[in-house]
Amino acid sequence: MSQSRADQLDIRHVSKTFITQKGSVHALDDVSLRVREGEFITLIGPSGCGKSTLLKIVAGLDDSYEGDVLLEGRRVAGPGIDKGFVFQEPRLFPWLTVERNIAADLSLRDPGVRKRVDELIELVRLQGFAKAYPRELSGGMAQRVAIARALLRSPKVLLLDEPFGALDAFTRAHMQEVLLDVWQTNRTTMLFVTHDIDEAVFLANRIVIMRPRPGSIRGVIVNDLPYPRKKASSAFQEMRFRVLSEFEKPEEPVAADWAGL
Amino acid sequence: MAKPIESGVRREPNRATIVALGSILPVLLLGGWQLAGDMGWISTLLFPTPLTIAETFVRLVSGGELWMHLRISFVRAALGFALGTGLGLFFGLLVGLFRRAERSLDPSIQMIRMIPHLAVAPLFVLWFGIGEESKVLLIAKGAFFPLYINTFLGIRGADNKLFEVARVLGFSRAKQVMRLVIPSALPNILLGVRLSLGVAWLGLVVAELIASTSGIGYMMSDARQFNKTPVVFVGIILFALVGVLVDVFVRLLERRLLHWREGYKG
Repeated sequence: MSQSRADQLDIRHVSKTFITQKGSVHALDDVSLRVREGEFITLIGPSGCGKSTLLKIVAGLDDSYEGDVLLEGRRVAGPGIDKGFVFQEPRLFPWLTVERNIAADLSLRDPGVRKRVDELIELVRLQGFAKAYPRELSGGMAQRVAIARALLRSPKVLLLDEPFGALDAFTRAHMQEVLLDVWQTNRTTMLFVTHDIDEAVFLANRIVIMRPRPGSIRGVIVNDLPYPRKKASSAFQEMRFRVLSEFEKPEEPVAADWAGL
Repeated sequence: MAKPIESGVRREPNRATIVALGSILPVLLLGGWQLAGDMGWISTLLFPTPLTIAETFVRLVSGGELWMHLRISFVRAALGFALGTGLGLFFGLLVGLFRRAERSLDPSIQMIRMIPHLAVAPLFVLWFGIGEESKVLLIAKGAFFPLYINTFLGIRGADNKLFEVARVLGFSRAKQVMRLVIPSALPNILLGVRLSLGVAWLGLVVAELIASTSGIGYMMSDARQFNKTPVVFVGIILFALVGVLVDVFVRLLERRLLHWREGYKG
């Protein structure tokens, strides 16, 4: 990855407060992150650290925040096909077959779309299931359809919100390989939210570690292990310890926490 | 041929068994009825025996009378149904899709819904005469509401998570309606169609009994005046038969359009 390449995604001082009837929750506090084209970033942290909130803001699904999110120099204004999104659940249209789910609002009669859909089905290893309905698919297969659907429109950045969280360990390992395959083929910039340290280390170039209350970035670890990575290797375990110890580093005391009591 | 393994597998009974199971009750009932009539236990004037009814049916069919009435009734029901469900679907979509339409239209529609058929039937006759209009409109009024309500419910029941997907994929407003709202409302819409058919049928009887000179309902009320009870029974049976046939048709349609769903089959 050349350092000279311009930042593709620029998250600048993003803060977000949820206002509910019971009061306000400070979900994100001054989060800044620059992502270069083709990078694979994982956002990791305990629940409540605002990682999913940040992803929705980048996707344009949430526009009530402070700060700026720039994609290729332009401020993100609403969701669009330049930002692919994979949700925690596959969210397929149950009345459409696999191939029509991937095409979604585009017509398969268009030869260009047809060709891309067939390529993507092969890329996510779903050959033979093009005409199947979502209810006939396993969780992992359905999530691969969702990934293919997000990739069809050639997004500049693919945002993934704990996409493999609901899958069993074996399926998850397989999905991680599929996703790396996709990334190495397409070189799409990936922003991947997870709470699984192994997953973060296995996938990312850079691991962004977040902390809760208020959600903010605690540290960024550059992960330069060569692909394909072996989870059982000592280099992998070392990287894993680095991430873990980042979580266990003592926080600098915050005086304000006590002052109010 | 090898014997199929039976352990743990519930054997599906064959077709003949299913039909036999379903016919036990009707056959017993008809047999008892025929017997009671023949033995003079019940008045054959009020309860003509099944055989008499069958004879009357054959006579009416061969005389061509039945077809004439049936055709007229069918056309009325079809016109009223098409008008009612067409408007029901249109307003159901409108009110379901737009909050403003819901606020301005739904209260009035709900008010009209609560007015019983029989209460407005005389008024319809006064307004639209005893011609076809009053009958078709009465049927349409009945058929309108089930489809209207179910279309509305279907649209509002669409999964919000799928709307988020549609936003992320950049669906246009039109695509959102065509590719997301209508397909997800379709199970409800088809349920509405089935209910509307039932109500249209009911409206037909009301319309034809009140003011008419043709149709199955007229044939029945005419026969009643002359104590031709078998003809009344033939009319009732026809209503039931056509009703079931139409329902079967809609269910076939349902199976074709909703085959992506996997439901509990008992």
